[in-house]
Amino acid sequence: MSETKVIDACNTYCPGPLMELITYMKQAEVGDVLELLSTDQGTASDVPEWVNKIGHEMVSSEKVGDVWHISVRKAK
Amino acid sequence: MRILIVGGGTGGTIIANNLSRRLDSEIRNKTAKITMLSASELHMYQPGLLYVAFGQMMPDELYRKQATLLESSIEFHVDPVDKFELDRKEVTTKSGKTYGYDILVIATGSRVMPKKIPGLEEGSETFYTEAGAVSMFKKLREFEGGNVGIVVGVPHKCPIAPVEVTFSLHDYFKKRGIRDKVNIKYHYPINRIHSIENVAIWAKPEFDRMGVEYETLFNVDEVDVEKKIVKSMEGSEYKYDLLISIPEHHGMAVIEDNDLGRDGWIPTDRYQLTMEGHDNVYVVGDTTNLPVSKTGSAAHFEAEVISENIASIVKIGVPVTEYDGKVYCFIEAGHDKATYANFNYENPPDLRAANKSMHWFKMSYNKMYWTSVRGLL
Repeated sequence: MSETKVIDACNTYCPGPLMELITYMKQAEVGDVLELLSTDQGTASDVPEWVNKIGHEMVSSEKVGDVWHISVRKAK
Repeated sequence: MRILIVGGGTGGTIIANNLSRRLDSEIRNKTAKITMLSASELHMYQPGLLYVAFGQMMPDELYRKQATLLESSIEFHVDPVDKFELDRKEVTTKSGKTYGYDILVIATGSRVMPKKIPGLEEGSETFYTEAGAVSMFKKLREFEGGNVGIVVGVPHKCPIAPVEVTFSLHDYFKKRGIRDKVNIKYHYPINRIHSIENVAIWAKPEFDRMGVEYETLFNVDEVDVEKKIVKSMEGSEYKYDLLISIPEHHGMAVIEDNDLGRDGWIPTDRYQLTMEGHDNVYVVGDTTNLPVSKTGSAAHFEAEVISENIASIVKIGVPVTEYDGKVYCFIEAGHDKATYANFNYENPPDLRAANKSMHWFKMSYNKMYWTSVRGLL
């Protein structure tokens, strides 16, 4: 059974949002959706670049207020 | 009030000493008691391992006896915890003893997990353990030229270490007069050469100046030890003659075994530093799941907040302050220069050019650490 896990990486600089996503992606099962919250502007482009290169699936990306909500499904 | 601290690393030791001073009168009149349980009688200064890997420090310089670092009012036992029973407010140790508490501090730290990547342990050198750092120095000393690869696991302790080891490799081979025979290639998991944007902006031209190659979006998948090839999850590979790894870290096994946190990281409130769902359990340093650098510096600043709050709970019944995410990291830029990164939840680091005086400050801090961990600095 897949699940959605929210990763709050708002207002963090080190290790940073993408490193947080990679950490939790390793713990996730194939099919799980992870929702990354980030206030870092670069995250909106950094995450899709990594997701596309590694072969996971972008589910959604939207900015609500100052916070990016980026959802990714683990594909392999 | 019984305060039990599990773990005698940087965070646990600073909390114990800081509390013993804040609660001096309560300890004297026996209304407060501080007990520490540790897995080791020795305390290691872990940042020193990088220097051991380059022959600049000897391993015995990294250790002090834990008992000598603690205030005399702290009860100290070398008896690692086996079971955490949070509902009963007690822990059981490997020796079979049970310790009750009113406030618990979990400061058990983290460990390298090279076995998570096939071939990494056999195929690479790492400086995150004493044996590894000594082995790495011997390999560097024998190295006469070829491809040196640096690879980085996620998550890892001391996020600045990949950059520092790269600068040090350049200076080490230059000093030996064989830099022109060595190709250094740095591989990093995300799409810039360091997670802190300002560090990446600073380090990139430095790497170019030193002739260090770099590849980003490189997450290690496996190491073919026979062919000496490291492969990434993203599909690229690198043929090496010497591979330096910063392995993936987990929290300690006892945390996972007691179901306190996935991969040994305990879910922690980022401001109060309490374990989620347990207001009387504090978590410090590497042990937390916080999106904060796993460094002695973070543990130090967290420890000051935890000490102040536990003391105020003893005295007035409530905590008085919050952790603001503060971290201060020295960044060694080779063997004679350094800079630093200072940041918190609200303010990103603003990096300055590396200089000699900051390097000597860091070298001094390597000795001053023993004063710091006693809670005097």
